[in-house]
Amino acid sequence: MIGFILFFAWLGFGGDYIWAMSTGHHPFPWLGILLTIVAIVTAWYSYKTGPEKVLWATGAHELIDPQTDAERQLVNVVEEMAIAAGVPRPRIWIVPDDDPNAFATGHDPLDSHIAVTQGLLRICNRDELQAVIGHELGHVKNLDVRLMTTLAALVGAVLLVRDGMGRMMGRGRLGRDTGRRAKDAGPLVAILLALWVISWIIAPLVTQLLALAVSRRREYLADDMSAQFTRNPLALASALEKIEGAAAPTESIKRGAAHLCICDPLGRRLTNNEGWLADRFATHPPMSMRISRLKGMGYAQLKKEGGSFTSSALG
Amino acid sequence: MWVVLILAVVIVLWVIAAYNGLISLKNQTVNAFKQIDVQLKRRHDLIPNLVNAVKGAMDFERSTLEAVIQARNQAVKVNASGPDNVKQISQAENALSGALSRLLVTVERYPELKATGNIGQLQEELTSTENRIAFARQLYNDTATQYNTKQQQFPTTLVAGVAHAERADLWEIEDQAERAVPQVDLSRR
Repeated sequence: MIGFILFFAWLGFGGDYIWAMSTGHHPFPWLGILLTIVAIVTAWYSYKTGPEKVLWATGAHELIDPQTDAERQLVNVVEEMAIAAGVPRPRIWIVPDDDPNAFATGHDPLDSHIAVTQGLLRICNRDELQAVIGHELGHVKNLDVRLMTTLAALVGAVLLVRDGMGRMMGRGRLGRDTGRRAKDAGPLVAILLALWVISWIIAPLVTQLLALAVSRRREYLADDMSAQFTRNPLALASALEKIEGAAAPTESIKRGAAHLCICDPLGRRLTNNEGWLADRFATHPPMSMRISRLKGMGYAQLKKEGGSFTSSALG
Repeated sequence: MWVVLILAVVIVLWVIAAYNGLISLKNQTVNAFKQIDVQLKRRHDLIPNLVNAVKGAMDFERSTLEAVIQARNQAVKVNASGPDNVKQISQAENALSGALSRLLVTVERYPELKATGNIGQLQEELTSTENRIAFARQLYNDTATQYNTKQQQFPTTLVAGVAHAERADLWEIEDQAERAVPQVDLSRR
């Protein structure tokens, strides 16, 4: 969050500085102040309205009065997991989408939301649903939801600001003028200008990478929390396998909210590859790695209890 | 001189932080214990309704239902006698858990029963109720373990006396029969 504001301040004041150096006189740093204010307002606004926006964007409707057996079971499972996590019951939302997925959003454990798709309710048995909800409540308890929801809104905002500024600079004389005069003003300004321009170009990328880096580490943590709440890591492993098997893109979940979900809703094959590039750009760790980690936990647990691994343990 | 002063400030700050950490964990432990109570009460209130709802469909299994009601009434009675009877309370609650799990097994035995909506709902509610109690106990045990570990570890153990930190007992299954019959099998639907 602070990084985001500082980055915008650099974009603004850096621009002013180069402008001042290249033109020779010292104008009021309007660009810097403007952009910093924009960044602060965006960050605050994203923080405030993030959860509603995310839920609205997915077309979710709140589950208040459960009608079917599946809905009643969902409410029960969420309440059970809230007890296990020691947090108040989050509000429950259902996304009308046939692809299995789930996400959590909100500001803190007192004000949190969990949304699941209809597809998830259809393909998961009780234990698997419990494990998935446990994973989401892990995000809630770790305060990931605040961070990730804000990031979701910020990624969108940065794209918007960049596009707007780009149009302004392209149309006005600003871009051409600074470019020409910078050459006369010496190498230092030229380097600064280059850095500044590059910052502008990569701004959305940086915010996105930030969101991704945060998100991937948190996924493992939330998997662990789910195992801690349910004491049943194999259920989450089998839920993830089912979700992966059904991996059609979740249409109602857009790019900006991808890192909130239990598995990548965009259905990118990248998620299943390993290696540096895939690691950098996927919102989630490779599914196979998550599953094998959980299975490892499950086997260790079974071994300790003296039981033997059977297919029934996988539901 | 300055070094000593700074050192003193650092030590005082650490003592405050450690003390507050212990107090916070202590209150969390107490709260987690109360949560078990809340869930047990919820079960007591729920059972009569549930049994009434399925009485008609399960007329031929009257004895199983009656056993549940009886165990429930016994648990309510013991609970009313005061919170000091921890041993008796847990015995009564364990008996109730046993009666409920027998009811669930009975329902399993009649697939045609499960087809009627009421029974499916009963099964779900019973599973959920038992899960809630189990998860409340699990949370208590996890929190209490954290609290116990913290107060025994060096150097927090130095302020444990000031914070009146005492070892919290973990919740254990006393009934050997309950330990032998894992409830998990029933919930795997």
